[in-house]
Amino acid sequence: MDRASIETRAIRVLRPIVITVLAVITLFPFLYMLMLSVRPIEDLLQNPGRLWIDPSEWTLRTYREVLDPAEDGGQGFLRFLTNSAIVSVAATAFTLLVSIPGAYAVARLRFFGRRQVHFLFLAVYLFPSILLAIPLFVLFTRLGLRGSLAGLTLVYIAQTVPVSIYMLRNYLTTIPESLEEAAAVDGYSRLQTLRKVVLPLAAPAVMANALYVFMIAWNEFLFALLFLVEDRADWTVSLGLAQLSGGIEVSKTVLMAGSVVLTLPIVILFFAAERLLTEGLTAGADKG
Amino acid sequence: MSGTTSRETSPETSRGARRQLTARQRENRAGLAYLSPTLVVVLVVVVLPILWTVMLAFQRIRLINLRRAGVFGEYTLANLETVLTSPGFWSSLWTTLVYTVGSTVGSIVLGLVAALALRGRFRGRTLVRASVLLPYVAPVVAVAFVWNVLLSPQFGLVNDWGVRFLDWDRPIAFLSQSEYALLTVIAFETWRYFPFAFLFLLARLQAVPADLEEAARVDGAAPTQIFRHILLPQLGAVIALLSVLRFIMTFNKFDDVYLLTGGGSGTEVVSVRVYEFLTARFDIGAAAAQALVLAAGLVVLLAIYLRFLAPKVDPREEE
Repeated sequence: MDRASIETRAIRVLRPIVITVLAVITLFPFLYMLMLSVRPIEDLLQNPGRLWIDPSEWTLRTYREVLDPAEDGGQGFLRFLTNSAIVSVAATAFTLLVSIPGAYAVARLRFFGRRQVHFLFLAVYLFPSILLAIPLFVLFTRLGLRGSLAGLTLVYIAQTVPVSIYMLRNYLTTIPESLEEAAAVDGYSRLQTLRKVVLPLAAPAVMANALYVFMIAWNEFLFALLFLVEDRADWTVSLGLAQLSGGIEVSKTVLMAGSVVLTLPIVILFFAAERLLTEGLTAGADKG
Repeated sequence: MSGTTSRETSPETSRGARRQLTARQRENRAGLAYLSPTLVVVLVVVVLPILWTVMLAFQRIRLINLRRAGVFGEYTLANLETVLTSPGFWSSLWTTLVYTVGSTVGSIVLGLVAALALRGRFRGRTLVRASVLLPYVAPVVAVAFVWNVLLSPQFGLVNDWGVRFLDWDRPIAFLSQSEYALLTVIAFETWRYFPFAFLFLLARLQAVPADLEEAARVDGAAPTQIFRHILLPQLGAVIALLSVLRFIMTFNKFDDVYLLTGGGSGTEVVSVRVYEFLTARFDIGAAAAQALVLAAGLVVLLAIYLRFLAPKVDPREEE
């Protein structure tokens, strides 16, 4: 047998194994999280290696403890969910509002400094967010914005606008310019063209972008930790969960219930729009 | 913008100039106007804070005397000295480098394996491709805690199975024993970010013309040869880009290490140190100086990379 057919056979055996391993390592931690969240804590302590327990033993006590408001002896995650939702939706809306015209300008319009804009955006990523965190911490303390959801939203907008512009620009450049010229002939102003011609065509990219920004804002931890930690009423879910783990009397199963509460919205969004997202993120990457 | 002012100051030429420049100038203005919200946000929340960090790094500022802090404070090198001579500075820089290189290489290699394995057709491909992305999209706090629980010596599944099936003498404290902690953190980072590499590599692989591979196969090339001589050259640019992106992002990373180990057991990366200076000692000046050292380190490493190691790409070919 020659090398080619030996290798082909080896791959035929190896490939399903690799695929299985990949599926297991990516899915298992999430399934395990779900399983633990409904397991009674005594059962976990007695038998940590057990993967599955009978549905009749499942308990929703953990979820009640996580979601109930603090006055009722719970952890108040409903409040945190509301905070996270407000911040993420606001950050998404404002980021799009800022980045759509920005992306259009970078994609279409020739203006002074267009080529230099990229460097500005690169700077956002070159500097660690912990470096930005220090002056923003100081600034927000002075302005009284620290401890406010508005301040946090502002930081998220600044963090996501550059990626957002980059992704949208890649998409906008694929829209034929002749369509806009036609609109101009019909007497549309530039803003009208953007709103009535370009935006509908770019809808899938805008959607993907919105989801992406939403996920970043929902998942963010460092700035929430630095700015909001002092007042429990302001916590986002990520921060609430991190603080929960510090509590001594909180059991691991409750922690996992909190993790499920934090993860579920993202997973649902992701599976609902998976195609849109993956194509949006890598648009232009296949051009090499 | 200079054209605008000159037009207003010389009314004589204005009419002729307007007719000539209008389209171009209006485009220029519209471009800047459309981009201005972005520029304002980035300027206020990114550029100015960076400049301010530089100033803070050279002033003696603690949270208590914050009110006095201003542009005209007293400048000093004391912070830099504090940072450079503080115990554990060099080792944390080294830890950061090991962590970054390990995670970058790990995530790209695993991402490449995943892209190659999930490229062709098989039953359930859509589902597997989607689930492979989960570690990347899931909130870091949640996944860090799942790993924490899974690896826990008391009630972790891994240790329980390790002792039962793999004959470990005793449970391993993966996140608090210094010989394992850094490796575990790198494994976590690899796991969390290989989907990112996977996405980009898969997109690129799908753009490789199928007849190229087909021709090689007809000629009797083995799969490894096809990979080495046909696929790899096509992937080169994407891999280089991924390396830089992942390197920058991991180098600056804070959440993952902080949540997994809190920076203990030999995993104290520089960003966690900055956080410690800021919140445990309230020493804003030292925190800023430490953050600046981190950024400077990154710039130096990137400069070395771009100067000596980066594949030469003609910028004109990129568009």
